[in-house]
Amino acid sequence: MSLSTSFPRSRFRPDARTAAIIESIVIPLGALIASALIFSLFLLVLGKDPIRFFGLVWTGGIGSAFSFQNTLQRAAPLILTGLAFAVPARIGMTLLGAEGALVLGGFSSAVIAIPMVLGGWPVWIGLPVMALAAMAVGGAWVGIAGWLRHYRGVNETISSLLLTYIAVAIMNFLVEGVFRDPGSTNKASTMPLGADWRVGDIPGTSVHWGLAAGLVLAVLLWVLMERTTFGFAARIAGGNLRAAQAQGLPVGKLAVASCVIAGACAGLAGFFEVAAVHGQANASLAAKYGFTGILVAFLARQNPMAVVPVAILFGALAASGGLVQRRMDMPDATMLVLQGIIFVTLLVSETLYGRLPFLQATQSGDRT
Amino acid sequence: MTMTTISRRGLLKAGVAAAAASALPFSAARAAGDITIGALYVGPRDDFGWNQSHAAAMDILRGVPGVTVVEEENVPETDSVAKSMESMINLDGANLILATSFGYYNPFVLDTAAKYPDVQLRHCAPLWNPETDPKNAGSYFSYLNQAHYVNGVAAGLSSASGKLGFVAAKPVQTVLSNCNSFLLGARSVNPNATVQVIFTGEWSMPVREAEATNALIDAGCDVIGCHVDSPKVVIETAEARGAKTCGHNADQRSLAPNGFITGAESKWSTTYKIYAEALMKGEEVPNLIAGGYHNDMVMNTPFGAGATPEAIAAATAAIEGLKAGKPIYVGPLKDNKGNLVIEGAMDNYAPELEKMNYLLDGVMGSTT
Repeated sequence: MSLSTSFPRSRFRPDARTAAIIESIVIPLGALIASALIFSLFLLVLGKDPIRFFGLVWTGGIGSAFSFQNTLQRAAPLILTGLAFAVPARIGMTLLGAEGALVLGGFSSAVIAIPMVLGGWPVWIGLPVMALAAMAVGGAWVGIAGWLRHYRGVNETISSLLLTYIAVAIMNFLVEGVFRDPGSTNKASTMPLGADWRVGDIPGTSVHWGLAAGLVLAVLLWVLMERTTFGFAARIAGGNLRAAQAQGLPVGKLAVASCVIAGACAGLAGFFEVAAVHGQANASLAAKYGFTGILVAFLARQNPMAVVPVAILFGALAASGGLVQRRMDMPDATMLVLQGIIFVTLLVSETLYGRLPFLQATQSGDRT
Repeated sequence: MTMTTISRRGLLKAGVAAAAASALPFSAARAAGDITIGALYVGPRDDFGWNQSHAAAMDILRGVPGVTVVEEENVPETDSVAKSMESMINLDGANLILATSFGYYNPFVLDTAAKYPDVQLRHCAPLWNPETDPKNAGSYFSYLNQAHYVNGVAAGLSSASGKLGFVAAKPVQTVLSNCNSFLLGARSVNPNATVQVIFTGEWSMPVREAEATNALIDAGCDVIGCHVDSPKVVIETAEARGAKTCGHNADQRSLAPNGFITGAESKWSTTYKIYAEALMKGEEVPNLIAGGYHNDMVMNTPFGAGATPEAIAAATAAIEGLKAGKPIYVGPLKDNKGNLVIEGAMDNYAPELEKMNYLLDGVMGSTT
């Protein structure tokens, strides 16, 4: 029996394509509202005022020019690491390697910059070289997981996660060893690149260029996955590997290429952490953006374009988290609880696709 | 730790200012205007360590009329801290920002200070350079080795075997100085006392700290001192094994009801009161505040059940001696490789001591 029988027929009868679009908006929004309600209960149990809480999230994350820029700045690395999870996910690979690619990519860009800074290279050559180095190293690093997957049959989830720990260890080893700046005594770092070698802010804002890079890449990768033969082949392979192989699609190359693209995105995030934020490489590069990106991509249902608004949502939660701590005297973990509730609610809401009663009639015909 | 930019004269001047201000009854300060002070911690406020030592001082400030305190915990050393500081300035109207973690300084405190010239920013480590850094930034720090010396005096008279242990984070100057002072304190009351040190290699590595504590007790040490970010694990492990303990950073008495002797604590409230008072009166906030017992910037935790009556008497006398300027490092002293490192009596704030890269004869362990 279809669900639609228990509801009066709506006059509104969109075609299947429109219905899919409506679903993809209504279901996540409904899930967000549901998680807000669940979280409000949690707050009430603690004796805190939910209205005040969401007011502070508004004030701290969106309510003013400063707050919104704060949100966007925090969203910038999450867009790139979200893409790093979303792209290989379309070909059916669950990659947890973005953190490692970010760390190694950022570190490589900081190291390759040292001879250029000392040699007095022009910055407009140096910064692109740094960015390319970060993308190349990040791409190669995650590419290892793709290669192992296809040619040696190693589970890519495990290998990419382990590669992340190896990457952080390599970075720490080199930063505390040969590439350590002698001036960095209490916190080992590479040589500071100096103010001239910083990627500035987008004019008129206090948000660095990593945001623009993320937006451009999100569009490019959406086009790649949705509007090219590469993306089509990748989605076929993700949907049914045997069918793709039977069709003669180059499954191995697609897998490795997806991993390289993912690693390059994360490596680019690392470049911006070095060139726009830290001005050097040190242990602070491992700030878990790579792991938060997994959550972002999941909630965006692996759609590169949807990664952007989800990353901004997470940025807003991060940006307002401090204000909630300060004004409501709540611990730092509060925002993690909210994120967790959103995550679970959205996962549950996945089951609703194709089952919304008011869209049912036209989608699957009258089944009564 | 670099101290090259801070002259001894400047330090003494800062010390005099601190002593003078701490002598004033704080409640007598007239409120020229209400002020907001924001503090940022890299870890949880209740970590029984570094962050708690600052949070405890902020709690004292909270009770002062006209002062509003805002706090944020678990702020990573990334652009998160820059944005959190800006958020405190823009949304809470903070007049003074206290950045308490080492990695906050460069570039985040420096950039924020340059961007908001009307707001005062102070960072807890000797990093501020009067030549190059913004005038509205500054540093404060304490010579905690003086309190570790008192720990040593009390430990020397509370130990049955004279074999003391020390769980240390990294072999950097502050840690080495605390360890050496611990030894000299113990030797001042028991010339045969020894200190065995184990470095964990990280500021916070609870598993290795527990292993080190157990190893030291297995090696025959019956009192354990320490310098790690949060000594909770060290104190609890030693208490469970029946060994006595000396604390570090914050009040850990409650963790060891049987074996706690005393602990080395920075008295940040002295500094914070000076800042608050200057701000309320509309006076210049000192750029540099540093000191030890002579200007009330360090203290020892009230004695616990592990301290013998002789230990309490001797430690109390040692505190009086330090307040009067009695030197800790009195030569000739050799390092534990046999080199003569200190010839005569050293002032407790002597710049030469900032270059300490050795363990004294009597400390078993290696800096490499």
